[in-house]
Amino acid sequence: MTDIAGADARRTEPVLSLRNVSKNFGAVSALTDIELDVHAGEVVALVGDNGAGKSTLVKILAGVHQPSSGTIRFMGQEVQLTDPGAALDLGIATVFQDLALCENLDVVANIFLGREAVPWRLDEVAMEVRAWTLLNELSARIPSVREPVASLSGGQRQTVAIARSLLLEPKLIMLDEPTAALGVAQTAEVLNLIERVRDRGLGVIMISHNMEDVRAVADRIVVLRLGRNNGVFLPDASNHELVAAITGATENAVSRRASRREAPRMTAQEEPR
Amino acid sequence: MSQNAPDPGARALDRSDVRLRHDEGLGGAIRAFLDRIRSGDLGMLPVAVGLVIISLVFSALNPVFLAPNNLVNLLFDCATVGVISLGIVCVLMVGEIDLSVGSMSGFASAMVGMLWVNNGWPVAVAILAALAVGALVGTLYAFLFNRLGMPSFVATLAGLLAILGLQLYILGTSGSINLPYQSPLVKFGQVLLMPAWLSHALALLPGIVLVVIGLGNMNRRRAANLSPGSMGGLIVRAVVLTLALEAVVYYLNLGRGVPWMFGLFVALVLVMNYAFTRTKWGRSMIAVGGNREAARRAGINVRFIYTSAFVLCSMFAALGGILSAARLASASQQAGTGDVNLNAIAAAVIGGTSLFGGRGSAYSALLGIIVIQAIASGLTLLNLSSSLRYMITGGVLAIAVIVDSLARRSRVSHGRA
Ligand SMILES: Nc1ncnc2c1ncn2[C@@H]1O[C@H](COP(=O)(O)OP(=O)(O)OP(=O)(O)O)[C@@H](O)[C@H]1O
Ligand SMILES: [Mg+2]
Repeated sequence: MTDIAGADARRTEPVLSLRNVSKNFGAVSALTDIELDVHAGEVVALVGDNGAGKSTLVKILAGVHQPSSGTIRFMGQEVQLTDPGAALDLGIATVFQDLALCENLDVVANIFLGREAVPWRLDEVAMEVRAWTLLNELSARIPSVREPVASLSGGQRQTVAIARSLLLEPKLIMLDEPTAALGVAQTAEVLNLIERVRDRGLGVIMISHNMEDVRAVADRIVVLRLGRNNGVFLPDASNHELVAAITGATENAVSRRASRREAPRMTAQEEPR
Repeated sequence: MSQNAPDPGARALDRSDVRLRHDEGLGGAIRAFLDRIRSGDLGMLPVAVGLVIISLVFSALNPVFLAPNNLVNLLFDCATVGVISLGIVCVLMVGEIDLSVGSMSGFASAMVGMLWVNNGWPVAVAILAALAVGALVGTLYAFLFNRLGMPSFVATLAGLLAILGLQLYILGTSGSINLPYQSPLVKFGQVLLMPAWLSHALALLPGIVLVVIGLGNMNRRRAANLSPGSMGGLIVRAVVLTLALEAVVYYLNLGRGVPWMFGLFVALVLVMNYAFTRTKWGRSMIAVGGNREAARRAGINVRFIYTSAFVLCSMFAALGGILSAARLASASQQAGTGDVNLNAIAAAVIGGTSLFGGRGSAYSALLGIIVIQAIASGLTLLNLSSSLRYMITGGVLAIAVIVDSLARRSRVSHGRA
């Protein structure tokens, strides 16, 4: 399976394929006619400004929200993601931006929530061992898995949420800003993990505001702007192009800021001694 | 040393973080316990302290309070409201409330009286019918809550009145139905006691089970390269528990003995405790009470969980009503009114089940109801009027809720909410 990676992936049928997906919250059109393909063994980065609709799209694919219109095909079948259980059963795992952990339960209980080993006689030992294995794969820094999640730091919670998404061996994994709160080592681990998951032939959707991380692992970069598709880029696209697509203008706050920082340095260089 | 341990020098899987203080052995267990208390995880402590104070005060005022037979009567009384309180634990666990348990219990007792005594149904069928009606009422509350988004306290407040109306309606003009004294049901509620040898044997069981399960767990954890926990702590807990239970049973056997009805209540508590702590359903209940949306996103059928909580609560209320009819040998218009509702809810909260959801245990019904009934019994022995009894019980409930709120605040500030 490992050879189905990178460019070869695009020739196979996509794992996930969205056509004309729209979502309205009352009068707000959060998403309009979104098209998106994710192939096996491919990392698709979803980027866009705050409020562009990235999380809304992820929640639709996780079965949390229902699309107002449009079709979703998963593994070649048209699917209705009526509730989160349906998405999980299909093999779509999600790390939500707000993590969606139960603070009153401990780390093991959170990782296995809804998927406990042996429903009528919980196997705490097996679950704890598996939890440690998952957490160690992520080089997690968690002192004890028997403490309630409320006592963990933001980054530790994020690691727990990521560990949970890996539990079920999903076919598609969606990470909504997975590295926002992570330390240097943990971010590197998550990026490594994304590559490992990709090499195992899974599809990955990753949302991030960090262009460096995006370039490092993404095979394609899909830009959303104000709830619409606004271009697809390869990771070697220039920063300027990406920023223009994200903000919707060549003249924007980012470019103005960049030129402001350039200008004094230029004058300093030109200054005669 | 276990031959399963891969490498004696290697750290256990859950002991690899250097920041973790390793509470090994008995001293460690005690230190961990103190830490938990300090951070607001009070558990059973308030109840234990409360019971000691209550016993000291009331036995000083009237020595009869601690007489074996008074305690036996106390246990008979505990069983009826205690079963109702067990249902309250279920709804509190998911962060909801049922204010109609008193009416439900009264209606169930009236149903049994009418079907069995007046209409000649077999008593078992009458009991099953009452339990089925309880399940139906719970389903109705769940429907109102899940589908119509009605807050549970409003739905069940409406239910309180409606079910009370039903109770008065089926009791009709007579107002009460006497249950035959010689029937097994009434005997169960008034005089059936365990033989002394059996009660002593049963009191041994918890300690044995604790040790057997504990040792099994330690072996499995060691084999899986997890820290096994302290053997000393386990033995001490088992010995203390067994000695305490044997002492209580011995004392009760100086009087009439241990009521079978109380045995039934304890058995139900143990079953519910297993369900809460060792099954997927129980885990889901705690998760829904803690963070409903997170539970939904984990694929838990949240509506089913709420439904199971309301149905169980109403069924336990019905069962509690039947037991109190057996205790009083009658089904009357007064059954389930007055302080039954309040006592059932107060018992759960006093025992340590949080009103805010996601935190609690089946044992809280058992311990809480013992506190409540001890106060009631003590006040009755002092010949205080019911006006004073209500005021004092109300005060105790207020204190319990204050303790719950303060403990919760402390948990939040210690990051253990
Ligand atoms: N439940 C909701 N009800 C109403 N409007 C919503 C809801 N969820 C999202 N929206 C709206 O949809 C739009 C897109 O929100 P979304 O959370 O998808 O943005 P995002 O791209 O993830 O932004 P960020 O980078 O800040 O996470 C926003 O305008 C938001 O106000
Ligand atoms: Mg977002």
